Amino acid sequence: MSKRPFVMSREAIVSQILPFSCVDGPGSRLVIFLQGCNYQCKNCHNPYTINVCDACGDCIAHCPQQALKHVKIGTKDHIVWDKNLCTQCDTCLSICPKQSSPKTTTYSIEQLVAIIDAQRHVINGITVSGGEASLQLPFVINLFKTIKSTAHLAHLSCMIDTNGSLSITGWHRLLPYLDGAMVDLKAWQQDTHRYITARDNHKVFQSITWLAAQQKLYEVRLLSIPTITDYDSEIDALANYLRQLPSTTQIKLNAFHHHGVEGVAVQWPACTQDDIELLASQLIQRSVNNITLPTIYLNEVK
Amino acid sequence: MSLQNRITHIIKDPHLSAKQKSHYLALEAENSLDYVEVSAQALAAKQAGIICDMFEGHAPFKPRYVLPDYARYLSQGSDYLEMSPAQDFDDALNALMVLYHHVPSVTNIPVYLGQLDTLLMPFVSDMNEDAIYRKLTRFWILLDRTLPDAFMHVNIGPTDNIICRTLLRIDAELQQIAPNLTFMYDPLITPDDLLLQATNNICLCNKPHIANYPMHANSFDERGFGIVSCYNALPLAGGANTLVRLNLKQVAMQSSNITDFFERVLPYYCQLTYELIEARSAFLHQQSHFFDSFLVKEQLIEESRFSPMFGIYGMAEAVNILRGISNDSHSTPKTYGHHQEANALGLNISQALDQIVTTTPVTYGFNQRALLHSQSGISLDIDVTPGVRIPNGFEPDPISHIQALAQHHQYYPAGISDILSLDETIKANPQAMMQLCKGALSMGFREFTANVANTELMRVTGYMVKRSDLEKFSQCGSRTNTTGLAAEAAANTGMMQRKARVIAHEQAPICYE
Ligand code: SF4
Ligand code: SF4
Repeated sequence: MSKRPFVMSREAIVSQILPFSCVDGPGSRLVIFLQGCNYQCKNCHNPYTINVCDACGDCIAHCPQQALKHVKIGTKDHIVWDKNLCTQCDTCLSICPKQSSPKTTTYSIEQLVAIIDAQRHVINGITVSGGEASLQLPFVINLFKTIKSTAHLAHLSCMIDTNGSLSITGWHRLLPYLDGAMVDLKAWQQDTHRYITARDNHKVFQSITWLAAQQKLYEVRLLSIPTITDYDSEIDALANYLRQLPSTTQIKLNAFHHHGVEGVAVQWPACTQDDIELLASQLIQRSVNNITLPTIYLNEVK
Repeated sequence: MSLQNRITHIIKDPHLSAKQKSHYLALEAENSLDYVEVSAQALAAKQAGIICDMFEGHAPFKPRYVLPDYARYLSQGSDYLEMSPAQDFDDALNALMVLYHHVPSVTNIPVYLGQLDTLLMPFVSDMNEDAIYRKLTRFWILLDRTLPDAFMHVNIGPTDNIICRTLLRIDAELQQIAPNLTFMYDPLITPDDLLLQATNNICLCNKPHIANYPMHANSFDERGFGIVSCYNALPLAGGANTLVRLNLKQVAMQSSNITDFFERVLPYYCQLTYELIEARSAFLHQQSHFFDSFLVKEQLIEESRFSPMFGIYGMAEAVNILRGISNDSHSTPKTYGHHQEANALGLNISQALDQIVTTTPVTYGFNQRALLHSQSGISLDIDVTPGVRIPNGFEPDPISHIQALAQHHQYYPAGISDILSLDETIKANPQAMMQLCKGALSMGFREFTANVANTELMRVTGYMVKRSDLEKFSQCGSRTNTTGLAAEAAANTGMMQRKARVIAHEQAPICYE
């Protein structure tokens, strides 16, 4: 953990590192989840990764393990979280008025590269995810660049999992070091998208189109929420759009479930295997290929 | 229970087949004899469960594992069995099946069926793929139905050949428990697409198990080796005369501190383990006349290529006890598998065991030595973890798991079975399975074994059972010998709760610990 002032291109606020994932891009991947998101999705499965902690200190006294401490670095306040004391009771999350989490760690490029290095034989690459990873773009560029310029790491593919809100200028800066992107298309219609995420989807379409043109669009993800998302009502337009994407792009269908969800979305119906298969068949009928279905349906696992 | 009562119990058991009853009756008869002669201390340690002879029987009259030189047999035939040398593919399959019925083992069913692709390739000649497929399918079914024991083990690889590919295809299609299957991987020889076929199979049916071929080959000689039963690596044309295992948890419990463990208690119990090994192998080699058999006369096995296996288990508990951490809280960050110091202590224990086993001579052993083995557990083990494994349900993510255990593998030439539990999501990503496998082997894993949760075939301690069989067994028994053991193992070892850990980020990003 850093005690120096925070420098955006050299350090990142990380909510979690997953050493192994097989659902965040091709092959076996280390996934770095960055804290902070510019969307406010009602259906977010981990809402406390949306906002960055402002060190108000409200949660400290409530931690039963005394795992949280307040420190001052320079003039700035910070919350330090002791991973080894924490029992993951999540009291701090329920206390936080910002819907944030004190359980984050600041990593430098060097620290992350050391972690990646130690497991370079076991992975095909790394994925940065979130939150919204592109909000910490200078860091992501630096990290990818370091990997690509380190001889024994250069074979690792560098992917980003994104909500697609990054500007084309931003994508241009990342492009030289990027192997592929997984982009969420949360809804077809502007209104629906705004209802779910509180943001427009113009940028998302721009990102998808641009990434596709650069051969960097690995996957488009559709999270289906019955009665909420508009994939079925807009199926013709949607299919028409997806059909134009490169044949190398996967269309991944995900099923909404209630795990971790808060607020109004708790009342939304979960998406079943039947729902997903219906959506898949509608897309296939309209000649959308490369569809990937979920391997498990969490809402149906007892 | 008196002997008569036990015999009556076996005979009247509603679930055992006649053949299974015969086997248990023979065990009762053998065990009604006095135990091979050992000191009072060794006997006490055995009775206290500190050392364990794996219930091999009181008077060993056959080796635990036998690995005949099947290639020699196919080329020379057998006087004793009145078999002439195999001329074609059908001959070879027939001859193998004949010999299998004459290869003894602790379970009475052969544990090693040979390096089948190497054995059969010389007989392929101009047969087409379809003919090979049909013949091998019948052979695979015949093995499963006539020798129904998941400890029975076939080896294939590391070369790319049609037998190897066809057997992988058949194994995935039939999803049988038997035979167990090891695929040898050599990064210099095995093409990626063949390894991918093997790792694809793991996603489909939790088989094969992938062996680090160069690493194993280095542990033996030019005559070769085989992987048998629960991932035991042994000299070809030889085997294991006995397996005695040491319960490290118990050893730790007898120690007042870490120094006492290394300097006094561990050496003492190792010495008793050796005493039991010597007594059991002396009886087998000197009194049982096993080594007068045709297998020796026809040079299919050599007495000097049999070694005792020095097994260990309960490493996880031993480490936690020595560090003063309760084994009830396996999941805390301080325990074995999770904490660096705990892992380092475990490694020191493996090093100390290696030092003892590679320097202690035995009377009957390959190069006069026993072979160290991380033992994968038996169905009766309660509250003690197999070998050097991390306890069921408390394993870290697969990568940390590999990192925690990779260094141990070099010390266990007779095999170290660890199981990586993976969630079903990996089924959609066999490339990930392949990379995990390659990575683990390149980091020093001697063998790579994975278990994909919720597949029909699942791995128990080290062998396979069908999930549906496990559920049915308590009601109506099973055709397969090992299912009984597995039902016991599932009830005792918390195996059914082995944690599935690969979680889709979108679906449950926070379930990961
Ligand atoms: S989850 Fe939060 S409140 Fe609970 S122990 Fe950890 S830091 Fe403290
Ligand atoms: S996590 Fe929330 S409550 Fe705790 S210091 Fe940060 S903003 Fe305040």
